[in-house]
Amino acid sequence: MKADPKGVLTGVHFIDGDHAACEGALAAGCRFVAGYPITPSTEIVERFAARIPKVGGVFIQMEDELAASIAIQGGVWAGHKVMNVTSGPGLSLMMEHLGYACMTETPSVWVDVQRGGPSTGLPTLPAQADMMQIKWGSHGDYEIIALSPNSPQECFDLMIKAFNLSEEYRCPVFLMMDEVVGHMTERVEIPAADQIEVTERKWTKKKPKDYKAYETTPEDLVPEMIKAGDGYRVHVTGLTHDERGYPKMDVPTQAQLVTRLLDKIRKNADKLVDVRMDGCEGADVIVVSFGITSRVATAAIETARAQGLKVGHLRLIICWPFPVKLIQDLAKTVKAFVVPELNMGQMVLEVRKAVEGKVKVISVPHPGGTVHEPETILEQIVEAAR
Amino acid sequence: MSESLDLHLALAETELENPVLPYLRQDRIPHIWCPGCGIGTSVNCFCRALTDSGLDLDKVAIVSGIGCTGRTAGYLNLDSFHTTHGRAIPFATGLKLGNPDLNVVVYSGDGDLFAIGGNHFFHAARRNMDILVICVNNFTYGMTGGQVAPTTPVGPTQTTMPLGNFESPFNLPFIADACGATYVSRWTVYHVRQLAKAMKEALNKKGFRFIEVMSPCPTLYSRRNRLGDGVDQVKYYKENSVIKNGADTKDIGLGYQGEIVVGKFVDRERATWLESMNDHFSKVLGDQFKPYGGKPEGV
Amino acid sequence: MSAEETTRKGKGTVFVRMEVCKGCSYCIDFCPTHALDFSKEFNQKGYHFPVLNRAEDCTGCDLCGLFCPDFAIFGARWKDLDEKRQKTATPVEP
Repeated sequence: MKADPKGVLTGVHFIDGDHAACEGALAAGCRFVAGYPITPSTEIVERFAARIPKVGGVFIQMEDELAASIAIQGGVWAGHKVMNVTSGPGLSLMMEHLGYACMTETPSVWVDVQRGGPSTGLPTLPAQADMMQIKWGSHGDYEIIALSPNSPQECFDLMIKAFNLSEEYRCPVFLMMDEVVGHMTERVEIPAADQIEVTERKWTKKKPKDYKAYETTPEDLVPEMIKAGDGYRVHVTGLTHDERGYPKMDVPTQAQLVTRLLDKIRKNADKLVDVRMDGCEGADVIVVSFGITSRVATAAIETARAQGLKVGHLRLIICWPFPVKLIQDLAKTVKAFVVPELNMGQMVLEVRKAVEGKVKVISVPHPGGTVHEPETILEQIVEAAR
Repeated sequence: MSESLDLHLALAETELENPVLPYLRQDRIPHIWCPGCGIGTSVNCFCRALTDSGLDLDKVAIVSGIGCTGRTAGYLNLDSFHTTHGRAIPFATGLKLGNPDLNVVVYSGDGDLFAIGGNHFFHAARRNMDILVICVNNFTYGMTGGQVAPTTPVGPTQTTMPLGNFESPFNLPFIADACGATYVSRWTVYHVRQLAKAMKEALNKKGFRFIEVMSPCPTLYSRRNRLGDGVDQVKYYKENSVIKNGADTKDIGLGYQGEIVVGKFVDRERATWLESMNDHFSKVLGDQFKPYGGKPEGV
Repeated sequence: MSAEETTRKGKGTVFVRMEVCKGCSYCIDFCPTHALDFSKEFNQKGYHFPVLNRAEDCTGCDLCGLFCPDFAIFGARWKDLDEKRQKTATPVEP
């Protein structure tokens, strides 16, 4: 399906990542947002509030992040595509509703413009320290998808991709921005509506009497959806539920449901690999990076190459699910991985897990507040290449 | 006795159906509520109110939080949403704004709506969000085993107030009134006809509407405080209730086993959130703005 | 239905799904004409359920139905029941 032209601001713009992200959401068909202001994400909802009256839709500022993150899910069950926008402390408050969206299979896009933490931390300064929180922060076992843009253009492009994936898999999809990407102003090109592919919700074609809210097949683990008001009399609950959506709290139902919720992502992990690789073939050292850190890493890699080192760059566009097989394949030929990130060592754990001790994995941590010095990354590349 | 029993068995198989059954997900009955719990009675009244309201039931959605009353959504044969603890109102807000054609009802308990969910109640009322909130008030946390609630009167013992509660409770209609609700009433599960009528009236009204339903929790409140069974509490409601329509809500707080003022206290008109938004944007933006309402486009 | 003819003493009657009754006694205590009593028997879950012991007093007002938290009982007037029967009556095969 092509994008609805009403939401597409076709043209070349000079805007920051937050504004570009909002335009991405509008282009993807988002017409309902319940928000709550928090630095450095606020500009996204501010722009949405300003744009939506003329595009046609609703913005409401809720009383807190708990309300915002569940009100959007009410919007989904009324038929809308929605986005949830926040940063560190707000994200912590939203964790229960992340679990609710996973459990009830409510398609939704969650934007986290990361700032330094823990707690109130560094409201106006960057970090990439929520990468594990989104994966593990809500209780119980669940799977999500997460994308990481490194420029305003990618905030636009990946926002659309995030919406499309959330509809395809019926799960929360995160756009993991950070303060620098959010506030960095660059050229953003917005294509014509007919150049933008958007994924329609997986509406059921069944009649109410034949429809079961969470019925799936072994081939397709994503159930078909309906919306309130169409006569399906659906029941949606955060309790463990059977195919009809009715609470059923026993061991077999739990096993079946939780396994399916994980498998619908895990079994498609290969399809969900999205990386940018530069010079990885024949490299001795590969730098694994994501988001804003990838731009700093690029500078370090160029210097290292100028010194004659064989260095590759693997940039994660989709961070979750983590591309385990790809890392394992690369581990067969490289001496070491170097993982710079604006946290004290989060995604590096995934790289280590994947290579199972076969090659060296060097973490380049940073507590946040600014980006790495390229020299810091360079030092570790040189160390790794030895 | 046995002759009459046989007769009833014979009749029940073939003749009339209980008029509330079509409103229930019958494959989920019997429900989990204890013998003597009044939540089922309130649901019974709600089903009658749905019949009398004349509403298209496909356009009525029910949203519950967590707790004993929170299970209501799961038993009603409507589009029904059993959400997280305390968050039924913001979910309902999203559902209503997502599709203004829906008549959205929040059906939940006192702990869910006024302790963990208190903030949402105040703001939805302030905004005059177009939803009906039905609060079954049993003065305790039932699902978790009888802990003190924001509605527990001073005096009775609760598991987390083992020597008796010393905190002051909320006066729920007063809160709803002060925050701007367009309709506020309180009934007990003894007042079944009045309650069903109030629910019908509220279903057909616009704005943020609130009904408090006093209901016994025999297992964890009444028996623990030697107040007898569910039916004994309902008898106490019968004997101690005074109907005062239009009473000033500040005067109707509930004490421990004292007088209960019931009735309709507030019934007024106020523009809903969505009406205000549409009016405002129409004035400011003129032709550039098309009033919002109905289903999402292209769906 | 000769048993029915002999017990058609009041204006109405009640219908009980005794297996979903939890014996709360709302219907018995709040019946305006005190026509109901607890059964001597137990249902499968071990509860006594209501029986119409004074059928002559039942008006079919359905207040029991409105009170019932378990959707286990409701009342109807014979007049309404007869109308319903006439509407749904199927011709008897010769």
